[in-house]
Amino acid sequence: MDPTIPQIDWSTVMPVVIVVLTGVAALFVEMFSPRRNNNAIVGVSLAGLAIAGGYVVKQFGMADGPTFGGFILRDQLGLVLQLLLIGVCFVAFLFSEGYLREKRIAFAEFYPLALWSTSGAMLMVTTTNMLELFLGLEVLSIALYCLAGMSRQESKSEESALKYFLLGAFASAFFLMGIAYLYGSSGSLDLAGIGTAIASGKSGLQPMAVFGLGMLLVGIAFKAAFVPFHQWTPDVYQGAPTNVTGFMAAASKIAAFGALIRVLDAAVPIQANWFPAMYWICILTMTVGNLAAVVQKDVKRVLGYSSIANAGYVLVAVLAHIKAPDKVGLGTAVYFLLAYALMTLGSFAVVSLAAKGGKEGTRFSDMHGLWKRAPFAVTCLIVFLASLIGVPFTGGFVGKLLIFSDALAAGMPLLAIVLAVNSVISVYYYLGIMQATFVDDEGAVKTSHAKPGLGLNIALLACVVGVFWVAIGADGVRATLGLSAGPKPVSAQTESTTLVARGQAE
Amino acid sequence: MANDVPLSWFLIMSLVMFTVGGVGVVIRRNPVVVFMCIELMLNSVNLTFLAFARYGITPGQTIEQANASAMGGQIAVIFVMAVAAAEVAVGLGIIMAIFRLKNRADVDDMSALRG
Repeated sequence: MDPTIPQIDWSTVMPVVIVVLTGVAALFVEMFSPRRNNNAIVGVSLAGLAIAGGYVVKQFGMADGPTFGGFILRDQLGLVLQLLLIGVCFVAFLFSEGYLREKRIAFAEFYPLALWSTSGAMLMVTTTNMLELFLGLEVLSIALYCLAGMSRQESKSEESALKYFLLGAFASAFFLMGIAYLYGSSGSLDLAGIGTAIASGKSGLQPMAVFGLGMLLVGIAFKAAFVPFHQWTPDVYQGAPTNVTGFMAAASKIAAFGALIRVLDAAVPIQANWFPAMYWICILTMTVGNLAAVVQKDVKRVLGYSSIANAGYVLVAVLAHIKAPDKVGLGTAVYFLLAYALMTLGSFAVVSLAAKGGKEGTRFSDMHGLWKRAPFAVTCLIVFLASLIGVPFTGGFVGKLLIFSDALAAGMPLLAIVLAVNSVISVYYYLGIMQATFVDDEGAVKTSHAKPGLGLNIALLACVVGVFWVAIGADGVRATLGLSAGPKPVSAQTESTTLVARGQAE
Repeated sequence: MANDVPLSWFLIMSLVMFTVGGVGVVIRRNPVVVFMCIELMLNSVNLTFLAFARYGITPGQTIEQANASAMGGQIAVIFVMAVAAAEVAVGLGIIMAIFRLKNRADVDDMSALRG
């Protein structure tokens, strides 16, 4: 065999490369910048993210296709999710500086680590190679373990880091075992090759493929926090510094869903084996997430459980797409992820205002008096919570409506009903957060509170505008996403589906 | 390939290792030991990868294809080891940080976060 160097299309990886290099640059700036403020680091990071975003936008309209010997794939889904991840990181950086200062976390490494974490997530959503997927997942996760424990004086933060780390590594082992068995059953590490092997239906290898897929899905379910693999989520969300929680809630969920969509798409030929399981996981995720949130007394925990429930909603959209790929596109899932990222990041940005003088309380009672201190932030919080509830004219409402109609179109009325019932349950705890911000803060010393900084206000404004914009321009946004239903770009998959269907008919 | 030991033995061995590791994660209380159990699970994955790569069980391939797919599994092992090393670095750092804060590190003490 001649070792030929494959043609490399550098434009595909430029966004990831730029984000990684920006992280390196931010680390160098951190070495030389004064201890008192991180403005230079924030500036460099934001500029780098903006450039990376530009490179992603430039790729829209370019031809889809793999490069780097099939390790990186450019397609519409990957580009949209990459852009989303860059946006999440950008907004998280905007409000982090004020929070870190108020919380007295002298840890400017937050910026490089979050950038690298983002780069891992971006890799995850632009590949169909399982090894690459695993590497992206680990780059994302390992940086997040560090970030969760970055408030080193606080045992809550360390505890959340340890829990996240141990369970994350545990999940990685399952993820890897799944990859190993999929590799064993197909001789390929690429989802395309695995999909073909599954579809060819060699009887001896099928059980191995199913076992591998099951293990892989357990690993992904851990990362995306599906019930019953969700126990770590509330603890980690509560203990980690609030800006990290916001970033993690949005970025890791987007990346996990990117991976999940690709894996499930390749596994369509054996969907009889996994679809019922995912169906019930989906119902459980929505229901348990919402019911558990009702009894919580800590705002970050409530939002943690709410993120579990929201993952369930996205899963409905994904399953609807798998069930009826001709009628239901991936646009809805990505649309809801976009809306979810906006409202979750925004909510955590407001919650981060609870930090004062190196301390932070996030119980409901700690939110008292927030309305007096920061009326603008509370107004924004109301918008985000209204959107999470699903009040009309917000992104959350349109997203849920789309998922609801998708589920009906795909012939899964039970999922649609569970979704609707859960939306009603969720009103209770979201209203609880809202109400807490309006209660007068009686015992506290008013002067100890910091004013919300400029960055926070910009971040909030961006999220609020985003929440309304995606709702009003829903059709436009979905058209731009370009992930509507119809013939799939990878025709081999649909072909293989029909092959299997024919095989079963015979 | 002169292999007296059948593939299934390797797979059974690795699944036993994986299970031992998994049970250990659940029942052991010391985070360092828990982490050792996770390492055991990762190593069982490596064994699986290598066994599949060596035995190349996919029928109907040419030699080139078989070599290429075997290489995939072997390279995967290298990456898994590298990632596991990175995880050790971060994990022990976190455990150290907790130890400094509390003078002991036990999973049962991790109860500050609850609903």
